Amino acid sequence: MNLLPVLDLGLAILVLAVAGWTIAAREAFGAVVGYVAYGLLLSIVWVRLYAPDVALTEAAIGSGVTGVLLVTSGARLRRAGGVEAAAPGLSQRVLAAALAVLVAAALAAVVLMLPEPPPTLAPEAREGLAATGLGNPVTAVLIAYRSFDTMLEKVVLLLAVVGVWSVASDRFWGGAPAPLGRARPQGALIFLDQALVPLGILVGIHIFWVGADEPGGAFQGGAILAAMWMIVMIARLTGPPRVGARWLRLALIAGPAVFLAVGLAGLGIAGNFFAYPAGFAKPIILFIEAFMVLTIAVTLPMLVAGPPRRSPEP
Amino acid sequence: MNASTLAGLVGAGLVGLGLYGLIVNPQPLRKILAFNLIGSGVFLMFGIVARRGAAAGFPFDPVPQAMVITGIVVAFAASALSVALILRLYEETGTATLDSDPAAKPPDDGARDT
Amino acid sequence: MIETPPALAATAGGSLLVLAILLPCAGILLSFALGGRFAERIALGLTPIGLAIALAVSVLVWRSGAPVVTNIAGLPPPLGIALRADGISCVMLVTAALVIAGAALYARASFATPAGVSEARAPLAFWIMLQAIWAALTILFVGGDLFNLYVALELLTFAAVPLVCLAGKPETLVAALRYLLFALFGSVFCLLGAALLYGAYGTLDIVLLAERVRPQPAVWLAAGLMTAGLLAKTALFPLHLWLPPAHAGAPPAASAVLSGLVVKGSFFLTVRLWFSVLPALPGGAAEAALGTLGAAAILFGSVLALRQPRLKLLIAYSTLAQIGYLFLIFPLASGAHPWIADGWGGGIMQTLSHAFAKAAMFMAAGLLAESLGHDRIAEFAGAGRAMPATVFALGLGGLSLMGLPPSGGFAAKWMLLRASVAAGHWVWAVVMLAGGLLAAGYVYRILAPALSDGVVVLKSPPQRSREGVALALALVAVALGFAPQSFFDFLQIGRAAATAALP
Repeated sequence: MNLLPVLDLGLAILVLAVAGWTIAAREAFGAVVGYVAYGLLLSIVWVRLYAPDVALTEAAIGSGVTGVLLVTSGARLRRAGGVEAAAPGLSQRVLAAALAVLVAAALAAVVLMLPEPPPTLAPEAREGLAATGLGNPVTAVLIAYRSFDTMLEKVVLLLAVVGVWSVASDRFWGGAPAPLGRARPQGALIFLDQALVPLGILVGIHIFWVGADEPGGAFQGGAILAAMWMIVMIARLTGPPRVGARWLRLALIAGPAVFLAVGLAGLGIAGNFFAYPAGFAKPIILFIEAFMVLTIAVTLPMLVAGPPRRSPEP
Repeated sequence: MNASTLAGLVGAGLVGLGLYGLIVNPQPLRKILAFNLIGSGVFLMFGIVARRGAAAGFPFDPVPQAMVITGIVVAFAASALSVALILRLYEETGTATLDSDPAAKPPDDGARDT
Repeated sequence: MIETPPALAATAGGSLLVLAILLPCAGILLSFALGGRFAERIALGLTPIGLAIALAVSVLVWRSGAPVVTNIAGLPPPLGIALRADGISCVMLVTAALVIAGAALYARASFATPAGVSEARAPLAFWIMLQAIWAALTILFVGGDLFNLYVALELLTFAAVPLVCLAGKPETLVAALRYLLFALFGSVFCLLGAALLYGAYGTLDIVLLAERVRPQPAVWLAAGLMTAGLLAKTALFPLHLWLPPAHAGAPPAASAVLSGLVVKGSFFLTVRLWFSVLPALPGGAAEAALGTLGAAAILFGSVLALRQPRLKLLIAYSTLAQIGYLFLIFPLASGAHPWIADGWGGGIMQTLSHAFAKAAMFMAAGLLAESLGHDRIAEFAGAGRAMPATVFALGLGGLSLMGLPPSGGFAAKWMLLRASVAAGHWVWAVVMLAGGLLAAGYVYRILAPALSDGVVVLKSPPQRSREGVALALALVAVALGFAPQSFFDFLQIGRAAATAALP
């Protein structure tokens, strides 16, 4: 008997159960922990769907970095109690449940009725791959075929940073966000940092580099580098930088700026905006991705660190 | 019932669960969690479409997978922005709810860490 | 190599579309890196260039009588992303450029970096968000790919939400958070719809989808989910809860852009969805439902506006009502009937005239609040004599909202009325007339105290230049009332292609 369908079914049930726990948990902290576990389970589902790039991204960003964000903010909110919001009445719950069931059922029905043979762009992706010199079609979609989306998404990330910073008090502008982690970190954490972080940096760079031809890429590599920086900050070996720091500003725009500049230059060099000249596509793509890695590695921790909460030093 | 159909049904369930949580949970932080659930359900939808699109020697259609990767990053940014607003609201008023009249109870000034 | 079919072929001038998007993007990056006072200078410097590009694209579309198309990187859909500017894209691009330019000029006084400081929080955030809104709207108006449009929606949200709570007051934080939750709900359901459409047809390009879409459950569900999401973002009744506190609580320059342009972005996308992607869907049930919600919004918003004691909230509720007029375009311009040209022209004209009129009104309200120190309407007595230009701008904007000639609002409502009568849909006509009366009511409520006798003490007189900007925008709203028939013919460019894709 084939074991895989049974495992798949078990995984599906587990994912739904943990998601249900996340919604139904009484304490916010329990819900957040459940969400992190849920993210890791999802990564396994992505592997089963033959999507290793997505699995890496989900594990690193969807579960990992989002988890750090929610845990640190949940801890802050928990620390002071505060007035509890009014729980919704039974009628509201019933209506919400009815709506949710309706939407889920409609979606499930559509899933079961998806067309055969399924439409796909894989042949077109395969056709264009040779011109880009890449081996990983997902990277080709991200940086070559639909590069415009990716460039815009980098701008969206930058806007999120500006938005997060904008809620600061005026008197803290230019200063640094509050430190992550506890004031007196345990020795074990510091040791872990010193052992893990150099390795993690290598792994991150490797995953970015190899993503041109194998699963991986700028987002995944950048997320790992971001995680390394966050670990270092959580152990209080270094603090978050001041938001006015020139190097920080440049690092945050490096990815989209290089992407935009290369895209503009494409008109002169290759006849179209965001086009790559034949034969040079792969090096240019890696060049752009390198700056994207830098930006992602810096952006994700700054989004977790939050708005400035310390006065800028004179 | 192959893996992609099963995953699609899970995605549908996640969208439903997340929608319920978004409407019913009063705390904004829980709403953000619920929104992330909906998002991951939507990504699973893209994922099964990608898996079903296996062709030309690839075991998947890369276009939807790229969209999911973009979507995961944008969803994280959305969570970060929401959390920043929630924390700021909490610092200003001492509560973190969307009730229309937040009590203007100022917390410790400066909100220094530990 | 597959030949590019004619519908997808790029046309001359397509590079302008890419430049139109990249210009504010570059502005964002430069403003963030250079910081300080540069952000303001960059924003102000780019607005005339953006306006020039918008006008150039419009001239190209006008001359050729067909949309301007470009395929990014020369790669046509379905694998690549296309940008297309048809008649309505052009008028929206020009409108956005003008309103953003006006808001930028108006905001110079409130968001200048103070002397002696290299950089301040609110100014930097404002100038970057303004350019981001501009970039996002540009993509929404010319984008040809549904996922690209989703990313633009997210950019718009991330830029608009922090503007609401820029001043930092707790109630604005609540309003911003609520806005963000509604907006995120909207985007994620748009994305879900896109997933279903891709699963059914293997592309997210608007033109290709229009050719391939057939009435089937996946399409109906996708349409429903995407529309629900877009309605939440456009604050159409009953998903309107977030708008009044958000638009009233934002700084006046931001409110002008939020009410004038940002809600039009998701509305424009709804129009694109139903008129360019889904015309193959039969029947008018969905369009009638949208029209009904619009009618409810007109009545609900106007009645609530009448009851507001504070000016900014009144104007915000009026936005709810005027958004309702926009959704009458769905029942009145769909299908193949003789009245759809009127319905289409009326709906688009309402979009444009409301953008200018509402921006002018929020700016005037901001000047009043600054000079008087409050925005309680009951205590405006004598304001008309103390700040005549400001109150005049408020009145002109109100003229357009009421739908009195001469104004763009009148032209819009007149065409919509004509279409409803021709279609035999008396309900819309009655609701529009009622809405006009109610609008007259709340405009009167604002102006009567302001124009009455009384003495006000101005904390500070309003700056002439800022009054001038508000007045200029209000005058544009009025001037739109004189739009010739050729203007409405221009709006039809690109429409024939959409309906020609019907099976």
